[in-house]
Amino acid sequence: MSAPESACAAALATASMEVMTGNDAAATAAKLARVQVIAAYPITPQSPVVEQLSAWVESGELPAEFVTVESEHSALTVCIAASTVGARTFTATSANGLAYMTEQVWWAAGARLPIVMCIANRAMAAPWNVLNDQQDSMSVRDAGWVQLYCRDNQEILDTTLQAYRIAERLHVPVMVCYDGFLLSHTMMPVSVPDAAVIDAWLPKYDHPLTVVDPADPRNIGPVVIADPRADASGEGHGGYMEIRAQLHGALLEVLDVIPKVDSEYGAAVGRQWGGLLWEHMLDDAEVVLVAAGSLGTQLTVAAEKLREEGVKAGVLGIRAYRPFPVAALRGKLAGRKLALVYDKALAYGYEGPICSDLRGCLLGTPDAPAVFGAVCGLGGRDVPVDQLAGAARRALADAEAGLRVRETDWINLHLEG
Amino acid sequence: MPTKILDLPDTSYVLPGNRACAGCGIGIALRQITAALDGKMVMTVPASCLTVLGGMYPIASVSVPWLNVAFPSTAAAASGLAAGLRATGREGEMTVLAMAGDGGTGDIGIQALSGAAERNDDFIYLCYDNEAYMNTGTQRSGSTPAGARTTTTWAGKRENPKDLPRIMEAHGIPYVASTSAAFPTDVYDKVAKARDIHGLRYIHMNTPCPSGWSFDPKDTVAIGKLAVDSGLVVLYEVVDGVFRLTSRSASLAKAGGRLKPVAGYVATQGRFRGMSDEAIASVQAWVDTRWAGYLARDAAEHCSSQTTAS
Ligand SMILES: Cc1ncc(C[n+]2csc(CCOP(=O)(O)OP(=O)(O)O)c2C)c(N)n1
Ligand code: SF4
Ligand SMILES: [Mg+2]
Repeated sequence: MSAPESACAAALATASMEVMTGNDAAATAAKLARVQVIAAYPITPQSPVVEQLSAWVESGELPAEFVTVESEHSALTVCIAASTVGARTFTATSANGLAYMTEQVWWAAGARLPIVMCIANRAMAAPWNVLNDQQDSMSVRDAGWVQLYCRDNQEILDTTLQAYRIAERLHVPVMVCYDGFLLSHTMMPVSVPDAAVIDAWLPKYDHPLTVVDPADPRNIGPVVIADPRADASGEGHGGYMEIRAQLHGALLEVLDVIPKVDSEYGAAVGRQWGGLLWEHMLDDAEVVLVAAGSLGTQLTVAAEKLREEGVKAGVLGIRAYRPFPVAALRGKLAGRKLALVYDKALAYGYEGPICSDLRGCLLGTPDAPAVFGAVCGLGGRDVPVDQLAGAARRALADAEAGLRVRETDWINLHLEG
Repeated sequence: MPTKILDLPDTSYVLPGNRACAGCGIGIALRQITAALDGKMVMTVPASCLTVLGGMYPIASVSVPWLNVAFPSTAAAASGLAAGLRATGREGEMTVLAMAGDGGTGDIGIQALSGAAERNDDFIYLCYDNEAYMNTGTQRSGSTPAGARTTTTWAGKRENPKDLPRIMEAHGIPYVASTSAAFPTDVYDKVAKARDIHGLRYIHMNTPCPSGWSFDPKDTVAIGKLAVDSGLVVLYEVVDGVFRLTSRSASLAKAGGRLKPVAGYVATQGRFRGMSDEAIASVQAWVDTRWAGYLARDAAEHCSSQTTAS
C-alpha cells in the first residue's frame, strides 16, 4: 500500500480504524458499495461474508435484497438476472462453490454483467480440504472475468470497492480473490472509509447495457450464429465471434482502467495498491520472486533474507491476473537474471498457471530473464520463509548454470511420507 | 366466469413467423400467456425449443422482454429478476414469468425451482410439458410417459412420468395449476388468475409436439384434447391448497367421469408404436387411479367449498 501525495487527507480523517477479518472487510466493502441484490451460498471459508451481509440486511442497516438461494449455481444466476435489470449485485464463494457455478461464471462474462464476486481461495476436492490455495479461481481464469488478488484485509476492502468501478465502467464482471483463512479469518486493522466518501466516489449504478422494459422489448442473450447477420431492417450485426472479440477487447481495456481506478481511489480515499502489479525491493533486483495474493507478502520476507546473503532479490506481486498485464510485466522484468514464480495452483500435467503465463509473455522479448516455476502451499501446506528462500537459491544456481528451462520445483513436499 | 374463445384478446405479442416446427403447441399457448399478462412482463427462458422459437440474434419473434438463461437456472433467474426489479423500485411495472420445458423444470432445473418455491419468491413459473428433451433430439425426461419411444428409450420408456404439479403443491405455494396448450381459454384464465396472486405460482401445461410425438402437425389441438379426454392430462387448479377441476376435465367429471381409453390416445402417435397390450393396460390402470383421486379431491375440496360458500 502506498499513500499518494495527493491523498485525500479529509477522507483519511473521517475513516474509522477497525480490527476485522478479510471476510468482514469484503462484507464491509459490499455494504459501502450499497449493493442492491446479494445472493450467496455458504461454504468454508467464505461463509462469514454471507452471514454478516444477511445480518445487515435483516437489521435494515443495509437496504438490499438478500436471496437465500439453494446453491452457488443459483447464487450467480440471481446476480446475473438482477444485474440485467440494472441492480448492483454481490456474491462470494470458494472452491467447490465456484466450481459448481462455473456454467454461470462464463455466462456472466459473456453477458457483460458488472457483477462483483469475492473468492476466499480454497483448495479443490478431492480429497476434501478447506484450507488455502488458489486452484479454485485459477481454474476459471479464462472465463472472461477480471481477477484481482489481495495481500491483506485492507486491500480486500479497497479492491472490492475498486472492483465495482472497474466492472461498471467496462461492463465486465470482477472476482476479488483473497486467501482463505490466511486472510479470510485473520484479524487485521482496517481503515474503513466514511460512507459519504464512498457514495461520492461510487455513485449509483445507472447505465446497464441491457434494457428490460415492456415498452421497449428486447430478447436478451438469444442464440447467435457464427456469422454476422442482418436484422429485420437489413442492418448487419456481429455473430458469436464478434461478440466474444468485444469481450476480449473490453478486458484488454481493463488493463488501463485498473491503474486509473486505483489512482482515482487513492485521490478520494487516500490509499492505492499499485494498479496491476506491486513490487518490493525491485529496483536493482536480479532475482525476482513472483506471486499473487498473501504469498507475495511472505516473499518480501524471503527476499530480505536473500539480500542479507548478498543475493539481489526483489518481489513482483501480481494484483491483476486477468487481464494479464503483459506490457507491465515485460517492463518490470526486462534485464533481470531470473524470475521465479511461486504458484499455489497447478495446471495438472503441466505446471503452475502464473508461471506458464509469465514465460509465455516474456518469450522472445529482449533481455528476458529465465523463468522458473515453484509450486507451494497446496491445501494449506505451510510455506516457511526459509523454504521460499531455498527455492530461490536453487533456481538461481540453475540459472547461473545456464538452464533456461527446468522442471517445476515443489516446496515443502514430502512424498516419502 | 371462464373466458370464451371469441373473447380472447386480439393483441398478440407473438409476431408472425418463428423458428418452431409447424404445429408446435408452444406457439399456440404463448399467445394466450403473453396476452393474459398484457405484455407487461419479463420472461426468462432456459435452453429449450422455446429458445429457438424466440428467434436468432438479431431477430426476435416475440415482442415482450425476454432473458435467456442457462438450462438449469430458470427459477433462480426469475428470483433474480424479481429481486432486481424490487431493489430498483420497478416491481410494479411487470410480472416476472419463468417459462421452461419439462426437462428444464422437473429434471435439471428442479433444485432451483424447489428453492424458489420454498422461499415463495414472487413470479409465475410455467412449465410447457412436451414430455421429452425435444431441443436436443427427443431424449427421455422425467415427464416422458410410459411406453413412449425416445432416442434414449428405444423400446419405450418403462416408468410413468413424475407428477410435477403435485411436487410443487407440496411446497405450499399459493397457486398450482395444470392446463393444456390445446385449451387456449383455460391457459388464458389460469395465467390471468396467477397474475393477480403474489408469491410463486406454478402452471404445468401439457404441450403436444408433432415432431417428437410423431403426429401430423394439423392434429396438435385434437391430440391435446384427446389427452385430456383420456385422463392422461387433467385440467385443474389448486388455490391456497383447495383443488378444483377446470374446463374440459370439470365437464368430464360432471358428465359422470367416463374417460376415453388410453389405447385410443396411444394409437394416434408414432412414439407409442409397438407398445405392448400389457404396457397399455398398465398405463390405463395408472390413469384410472389418478383420475379417481382427482374426482375424489374435486368432490371433497371444490364441491364442499362451494356448499360452504352458498
Ligand atoms: C447444463 C446443460 N446440459 C445440457 C444442455 C443441453 N440441452 C439443451 S436443451 C435440452 C433439453 C431441453 O428439454 P426441455 O427442458 O424439456 O425443453 P424442450 O427442448 O423439450 O422444449 C438439453 C438437454 C444444456 N444446454 N445445458
Ligand atoms: S420439437 Fe416439438 S416442441 Fe420443439 S419446436 Fe418442434 S414441435 Fe415444438
Ligand atoms: Mg421438453
